Amino acid sequence: MGLTSKLGEMGVITVRLEDAVNWARTRAMWPMLFGLACCAIEMMSTQASLYDLSRFGMELMRPSPRQSDLMIVAGRVTRKMAPVLRQLYDQMPEPKWVLSMGDCASCGGVFNNYAVVQGVDEIVPVDVYVAGCPPRPEQLIHGIMMLHERVKQEHISDWA
Amino acid sequence: MTGIRDSAWEGDLEQLKGLVSERALTGETMVLNMGPQHPSTHGVLRLILELDGETIVNCTPDVGYLHTGIEKTFESKRYEQAVVLTDRMDYLNPLGNNLAYCLAVEKLTELDVPPRAQYLRVLLAELTRINSHLVWLGTHALDIGAMSVFLYCFREREKVLDIFEMVAGQRMMATYFRPGGLWRDVPEEFEPAVRDFLDYFPAKIDDYEKLLTENPLWRDRTQGIGYLSADDAVRLGCTGPTLRGSGVNWDIRKAIPYSSYDHFEFDVPLGQHGDVYDRYLIRIEEMRQSLRIVRQALDNLPSGPVRSNNRKYVPPPRSEIGHSMEALIHHFKLWTEGFRPPEGEVYVRVESPRGELGCFLASDGSPRPWRVHFRTPSFIHLSALPHMAKGHMIADLVGIVGSIDIVLGDCDR
Ligand code: SF4
Repeated sequence: MGLTSKLGEMGVITVRLEDAVNWARTRAMWPMLFGLACCAIEMMSTQASLYDLSRFGMELMRPSPRQSDLMIVAGRVTRKMAPVLRQLYDQMPEPKWVLSMGDCASCGGVFNNYAVVQGVDEIVPVDVYVAGCPPRPEQLIHGIMMLHERVKQEHISDWA
Repeated sequence: MTGIRDSAWEGDLEQLKGLVSERALTGETMVLNMGPQHPSTHGVLRLILELDGETIVNCTPDVGYLHTGIEKTFESKRYEQAVVLTDRMDYLNPLGNNLAYCLAVEKLTELDVPPRAQYLRVLLAELTRINSHLVWLGTHALDIGAMSVFLYCFREREKVLDIFEMVAGQRMMATYFRPGGLWRDVPEEFEPAVRDFLDYFPAKIDDYEKLLTENPLWRDRTQGIGYLSADDAVRLGCTGPTLRGSGVNWDIRKAIPYSSYDHFEFDVPLGQHGDVYDRYLIRIEEMRQSLRIVRQALDNLPSGPVRSNNRKYVPPPRSEIGHSMEALIHHFKLWTEGFRPPEGEVYVRVESPRGELGCFLASDGSPRPWRVHFRTPSFIHLSALPHMAKGHMIADLVGIVGSIDIVLGDCDR
C-alpha cells in the first residue's frame, strides 16, 4: 500500500538493475537441506518455531543441490564426506554461496585428527564463517544476514 | 580439486558383488544409491538398495561418513578434558554420553559421587531423553509426511534447551557432568524452571498423540512395517525402544541400575507387534515416564555438595585455594598434569534414548586413557536395518530408518 501511495499515478519505479537483482537474491535464498552433524540440529532449530528462518524468505530448504542457492555446511566434514560435499557444491547452479556453520566446518574445531577436514574452505570457497560449537540460532541468523549484506554489495561485473 | 574428485566412488556393479544378489549383476533388479545426501537418512547415512520394482530385495548400509576419530582423540586428552568429546558423539544425548563416560572413570578410580549430584544427573539425563525423543518424533513424523508435528516438537525442545543453558551455559553441548560429580551446583532458578516444564509438557504429549496415534494415515504408514521379532531383536543386539518394541523387557535403568536409578519409580513400556508403530508408542510413553522420574528427582533432591571431595581426582573449589596451601597444590597438579587412575579396564553401560550405550575404558596408569571404546546403539541398530527393510516398499524405508532412531554421530563416532 505504502508503495502505491508513494508512487502516485506513475506506476513505475526506477532502480538500478544491480540493486533489483541483489534484492531479489537476498529475499529468497534457498538453503540446501544438508546436515552433517550436531550443528545441523541447531540449523533445524533455526528453521523451526521459535527462530523461524522464513522471516528471511528461507523457509524452503531444498534437499536437492540443483534447487538451492546457499549451502550451509552444518557440522564436521570428514575425509569420507569431503568428495561428496564437493560434488554437491559443483551441482549447485550459479549464483551460489557457502556458509560454514560451526567450529568444525570452519577450522576443524575440537577434532584435530586424521578423520576431519580442517576447515571446509579446503574444498569449497566459503563466504561467511559462523563460530560456535554449535552456534546458537541467533548466531546463524547473524551469519545469514552478513551474507545478505555481502550479496547486496555485488556488482554486475561480478556476475559470471 | 581433481585429486579428491578422482577418489570418489564411481558406481561400478563389480564392486558391489557380495552386497547385492546375483540378479542385480545381470540387471534383473535395480541397484539404487540412497544418501549420503538425503533428507530422510537423519544425517549422512548411505544405503545401497537393491530393488525389484519398488520392493527392497537387499539393503546395505554404508557408514563412516561422519567418522570423526573421537575414540582416537580420547587417547591424547587427559581424563577430565575428554568429557568435552563425549557430548559430540551422540549429539542428541550429550548429557547421557557425559554420564556414561563419567561413570566409567568413576568406576576405574573408585570415586564416590554425592547423592545430590546423582539425582541431578538422573534429572538432567531424563530431560535429555525427552529432548532426544522430541527431535526423533519431529523428524520421524516429517519423514512420513506430518509436517506440523516437527514445529510443535521443536517449540517444546527450546524449553528444555533453556534449562540446559541455565545450568551449563550451553544449549546443546552442556558438558555438565564431570568425573566425581557435576561442574557446579544448579542455580536458584533451576527448580521453578523445571517445575514449569513439568506442568507444561504433559498436555503437549497429548497433543502429539492427537495428531498421530489415531490418525489413519499415520497408522497405515507405520503398522506392520519394519517387523522385528523378539528373537531377532535379541540376536541382532538391539536395545532400547527398538528391543522393547518387540516386547522384550530390558531396560538398563531397571536391570543394572546406575546413578541411583533404583530410587525412582517408573514403568518400562513394552510393545507387542515389533513394528514402527509400536516403537513410536513406546517412545511417546517413555517421555511420560521420564517426566515422572524428573518430578521424583526434583521432589526428593538431597542437599549437599555436588562434587566428591576426593582431592586426588577432583579439584578443590575456588574458595579453598585462597587459604589452603594443600588445596593450591592439588589444584595445580590436577590442572597441569591431570590425575593418574590405577591400571585396569572397565566397562559401564547406561540407557541412552536409543539403547544401551556402553563405555569401555582401558587405563595404563597415565593421565590419558590408553583406549576408549563406545558401544553405541545406533551402530548396532543400523546392522539390524537390512533385516527389517527386506520385502518392504522403498517408501517405507524412511519410516523404518526413523523408527530405529539412529544418530550418525553415535554410529560413526
Ligand atoms: S562445531 Fe561442534 S556442534 Fe558443530 S559439528 Fe562440530 S562438534 Fe558438532
